[in-house]
Amino acid sequence: MPDLESIPETPEELIEDAVQDPKERRRYLGLMDQIKSEGLGSSVAIVPLDGALNWARKSSVWPMTFGLACCAIEMMAVGGPRYDLDRFGCGAFRATPRQADLMITAGTVVYKMAPRVQRLYEQMADPRYVMAMGACTVGGGPYYKYGYHVVKGVDKIIPVDIYVPGCPPRPEALLDAMFRLQEKIQYQRNLKVRYFTN
Amino acid sequence: MTLEEIHARLTEKFGDAIEPWAPPEKGDAWVEVKRDSWREVAEALRNDKDLAFDFLRCLSGVDYVDWMESVYHLFSYKHEHEAVIKVKVDRSDPKVASVVDLWPAADWHECESYDMVGIVYEDHPDLRRILLPEDWEGYPLRKDYKQPDEYHGISNW
Repeated sequence: MPDLESIPETPEELIEDAVQDPKERRRYLGLMDQIKSEGLGSSVAIVPLDGALNWARKSSVWPMTFGLACCAIEMMAVGGPRYDLDRFGCGAFRATPRQADLMITAGTVVYKMAPRVQRLYEQMADPRYVMAMGACTVGGGPYYKYGYHVVKGVDKIIPVDIYVPGCPPRPEALLDAMFRLQEKIQYQRNLKVRYFTN
Repeated sequence: MTLEEIHARLTEKFGDAIEPWAPPEKGDAWVEVKRDSWREVAEALRNDKDLAFDFLRCLSGVDYVDWMESVYHLFSYKHEHEAVIKVKVDRSDPKVASVVDLWPAADWHECESYDMVGIVYEDHPDLRRILLPEDWEGYPLRKDYKQPDEYHGISNW
């Protein structure tokens, strides 16, 4: 779990957080040194656009209120004061999929609900992520053998980024999943456009 | 009134339509009513001054392998007595008179019973599936129900 002190404050820290490759990192820090010697030190940072964008994206993942069953209670607990989700930027739960980044499917998905889940996923705007929370959404859970009405895993209907096992997963497990999602976002490479690279 | 007295009272009124008193060795006793006269008996249960069952607590459909039953749990706020009524139906022709206009609680309960076991309630205002999707095939809580392998392309396993 990354600690709270490691939120970047200086440009050097931002470069270290945003750029994972050590060779690239040395290059950017070297550029930083050059800028500092020119006197612009504390107000300029050189990071790849990808890195900065991903850092911004991962620090404000707004989830959608999609509590379907019992896991919703644990999701509410994570949003509450003790296991605060807001301190990681994920506190603004949006009710509409159009404004949400992350769909936490918290609860059993039944066949009656499946087309609605699909529709809501399609209504989310890119970049969007899905976290399958709880045993039911991961692979059917306790309903695997006799549940004629349960979709055995929500990845049968929408693409999932992070799976959180548990019935229900403890709030700390949900937080751990959020951090893994943040790592995944950080490593994304979206800007591979030719005319930005030399 | 105890259930036995209620049974006696109903037999007095309806004679043949009520099966003889036969409490089981273990568990609660019940009053069994023949399907064809269920509607009149239900009206009497509600309107008779000494019975006065004004509250339907629960309505369930049950599948015993050779026959099916519609089970009613009634309660009277006036006299504070309760009753369990069972209506036996054939598996090949599972029809029971609806009691929605007597006890409005029966509305969704009868839909659930139809959805899960397949008992058709005559004169119900809107009998359709309530828990499962509308185009589901089969009645899941029957003893001979087999899970489908897929539903609209989504595999069930």
